Amino acid sequence: MSAPMSHSGRDLAASRARSPHTSMFLRMLVRAAVLRRGRAASALFAMVVAAAVATAMLNLYVDVQAKLRREFRNYGANIIVVGRDGASLPPDALARVDSVLAGRGIAAPFALVVARTGDGQPIVVAGADFERVKQLDKWWSVSNWPSEIPTLAAKDAARMGHPALIGVRALPEVAPKNQAFDLSFQRKTLHVSPAGTVQTGAAEDSRIYISLADFVAWTGVQPSTIEIAASGSPEEVASTMKQVTQAIPSGDVRPVRQIMEGEARVLGKTQSTLLAAAALIILTAALCVLSTLMGWVFDRRRDFAIMKALGASGRLLSGFFAAEAAVLGATGALIGFVVGIGIAAWIGRVNFHAPVMPRLSVLPVVLAGSMAVTLLSAILPISLLRRVQPAVILRGE
Amino acid sequence: MFVRLVYESFRRQKRRKVLAGAAITLGVTVATAMIGVATDIGDKINRELRTIGANLVVTPQEDSLDLEIGGVSLKPPTDGAFLNEADLPKIKGIFWHNNITGFAPMLPVKVAIEQNRNRQDVTLLGTYFAKQLFYGKDGFTTGVRSTHPWWKVSGAWPEDSSRDVLLGERLAMRLGEKSGDEVMLAGRPLKVSGILSTGGAEDDEVIAPLALAQEILGRPGAVRRVYVSALTKPEDAFGRRDPKSLSGAIYDRWYCTPYPQSIAFQLAEAIPHSHAEQIRQVSQNEGAVLTRIEGLIFLITLAALFASALAVSAAMATTIFERRTEVGLMKALGAGKLTVASIFFAEATLLAMIGGLAGFVVGAALAHQIGHSIFNSDISIPPVLLPVILAIAVIVTFAGSAAAIRRAVGLDPVFALRGEL
Repeated sequence: MSAPMSHSGRDLAASRARSPHTSMFLRMLVRAAVLRRGRAASALFAMVVAAAVATAMLNLYVDVQAKLRREFRNYGANIIVVGRDGASLPPDALARVDSVLAGRGIAAPFALVVARTGDGQPIVVAGADFERVKQLDKWWSVSNWPSEIPTLAAKDAARMGHPALIGVRALPEVAPKNQAFDLSFQRKTLHVSPAGTVQTGAAEDSRIYISLADFVAWTGVQPSTIEIAASGSPEEVASTMKQVTQAIPSGDVRPVRQIMEGEARVLGKTQSTLLAAAALIILTAALCVLSTLMGWVFDRRRDFAIMKALGASGRLLSGFFAAEAAVLGATGALIGFVVGIGIAAWIGRVNFHAPVMPRLSVLPVVLAGSMAVTLLSAILPISLLRRVQPAVILRGE
Repeated sequence: MFVRLVYESFRRQKRRKVLAGAAITLGVTVATAMIGVATDIGDKINRELRTIGANLVVTPQEDSLDLEIGGVSLKPPTDGAFLNEADLPKIKGIFWHNNITGFAPMLPVKVAIEQNRNRQDVTLLGTYFAKQLFYGKDGFTTGVRSTHPWWKVSGAWPEDSSRDVLLGERLAMRLGEKSGDEVMLAGRPLKVSGILSTGGAEDDEVIAPLALAQEILGRPGAVRRVYVSALTKPEDAFGRRDPKSLSGAIYDRWYCTPYPQSIAFQLAEAIPHSHAEQIRQVSQNEGAVLTRIEGLIFLITLAALFASALAVSAAMATTIFERRTEVGLMKALGAGKLTVASIFFAEATLLAMIGGLAGFVVGAALAHQIGHSIFNSDISIPPVLLPVILAIAVIVTFAGSAAAIRRAVGLDPVFALRGEL
C-alpha cells in the first residue's frame, strides 16, 4: 500500500495533491482494526449482539400478530350466516361462501331440525359436513368421527343405520347401550347407529349429528346456518363479511362479536407488551454498544494526540473516527441482522411451531439505528478530546 | 487501608463510578421489569381472555335434553330441572374462589309481548346485571356485565332490583320501541331502560332482572343454568384424569390445581344437584393462546436478561481497563495479585449492590407503569425477588469484571506506569 518509489518526487507530490489522504486514511482504518484486534472485536461483538437483538425483536413485533391470529382461529367461527327468520339458505350458499373465502378461511354448513326418538322424546338433529367441522371446531372432543362410506349401497345403509355422532348428554337418552335407533321427522324415519360421541360443554352435547347428505335426503331441509372462520386482520374479516353479505342476500350475516373483540383485545395487549419489551431491550443493547465504543475511542486518545501533533486537522480526525465507527456499525448491523433473523426464526419454531418470516424491511431500520449509535459513541469522546492539547494527552496526564 | 482504598476510589472517581453504576442500574431495571411482566403476563392475558365469555357452565344434574337451535331454546320453560338461586353465592366459597372472576345465572321464559293488540311470543331471559351478593361477610358484585363484556347497551343497564328490562336490538327494531318506552310483557307494563346489542340470539330477546323472570314463570328462586368465568391453568394430561381414579395426595394435587376440570368439579360440589362442565370452545383454546403468549414473553425476558448482563459486563470492563496505571502503581508498591483483585471485586460488589437496589426500585416502578398503561391493572414485584435480583446483579458484575481484572492484575507494572499499552 506504500507509495510507489519509482515515481519521481514531482509526480508523488502531484498525486498527493490530488488525493491527499485517501490511501493513508484507508490504511489507518484497516490497521487500527487489525492491530487492536481484541478491543475491535469486543466492540464489534457488542454491535452484533445489539443489532441481532433489535432485529429479532422487530421481526417478532411485526410477525406475532399473524401468528397469534392463527391461534385465535382455533376458536372457530368469527362470522355466522343464518337464513332470515329461520328459513333455509339457498342450496348454492356454501359454494358462494367458498368462492368469497378463496382459501383464506373455512366454512361449515349446519342444518337443524327437532326430530323425535322412538319413544316420542324431542331431540335436535343436525346435519353437518364432518370434514369441515373437524377443521373448524377443533375444540370438539369426539371419540370417533363417523366416516362416510360412499360405496355403501343405500339398502345396506338403511339396514346398518346411518353413522351418527351423538352428544354425550343425548347418548344415555337415545342409545344407552350404544345400539342403533330410529329417529322420526314429519313421519319419515331414519335408522341411525352411533359412531362416536361429541362433547363440547354447550348445546352440541344434547344433539345428534348426521352427515349433511343423509340429513337432506331424510328431511328435505337445506342448511340454515353457515359458520365461517375467516382468517386475516380485522379489516380483512370485515371485507369478507361484506362480500358474504353481497353473495347471499337472503342470509343474515353476523360477526361473532365475543371472539372478534376478545381477539382484538388480547392481540393489542400482547403487542403493546412486546413493544415495551422491545424498547427496553433495544435501549439496553444500544447503551452497551455506546459504553464499549466510547471506551474504545477514549482508549486511543494517544493515537488521536499523535495525529493531531503531526498536523491533522480537527475535521480530518473527526472524519477518521466517524468513518471507523460507520464501518463498525454497518458490519455489526449486517452480521447482527443475520443472527437476529435466526433468533426470531428459532423463537417462532419453539413457541409457535412455525418460523417467523424474515422481514427485509427491518434491515434499513437496524442499519440506520446501528450507524447512529456508533457515530454518536465515536463523536462524543472526540468532541471532548478536541478541546485538549495533544501534549497533555501524550504526557499521560 | 483496604476499606480506605475502596472508599477513596468511590469518592475521587465519581464520573467512572457513576457511569458503571448507571449501566448496572439500567441493566437491573430492565431485568426486574421484564421478570415482573413475564411472571404476571399469564394472569393478565387470562383476564383479557375472559372477555371471550364464560368458560364453565353449571346445569341441573337431572336435566332433560336441551332443545336449542341458533341460541334459542325450544324447550318448554317449565320443563326439566332448576338450580336454586340461594345456592349461587356458594360459588364464591370454593377452593379457587379467587379465580372466579364472575358468574351469571340464566332463566329463559316464554312471554307474550302485546303491542296495539298484536300478540307476539318472545323469550325473556332473566339474569343478574351487576348484582351485589354476599358469601358469609364477603360482598362481591357479579352478573352479565362482567361475564359477557361484549354485550353493549345503548341507554342504561337496569338495576337488578328494578322491574326494568332491556330489549334486544332486532326485537326493538321490529317493535319500533326505544329506550324509555313502556312495553306490555306477560300482562305487566315494564319500562325499557336500554337497547341491547350482542350479535347473538339475545338480539331477539328481552333481558330482565332474574327476580322478574322468576315471578313471570311462577317459580321463585329458579335458575336454569349458571355461566361461570374462571381463571384456569391450561389443562394437561394430569388435568384430564378422572378424579374418581385418583387417590390421596395425587387427588389433593389435582383438586388444588386450577384446571378447568377441577374448578368444574368444585362447582358441582358446592351447588347441590348440579353438574358443571367446561365450555370447550372457550376453555380449550384459552390454554393454547395463553401458552403461546407466555412462551413468547419468557423467551423475550431471556433476551432482555442477556442484553442487560452484556451491558453491565461491557461497562465494568471499560472502567477497569481505564485504571491500568493505578494497578501498576499498586503493584509497584508491593501489592500482590490477590490484593489488587480483591479491591476490584469489593468495588464491583459495592457497585452491584447500589446499582442493583436502585435498578430494582426503578424496575418495579417501570413494571407498575407497564401494567397500568397496558392492562389497567397492577403488576406487582414481590419483595422476595430483591435478593434474587441483587444476587444476579453481583454475579453478572463479577463475571463482567473478571476478564478485565485478570488482565489488569497480570500487567507488568513498569509498562502500566509508563502508559505503553
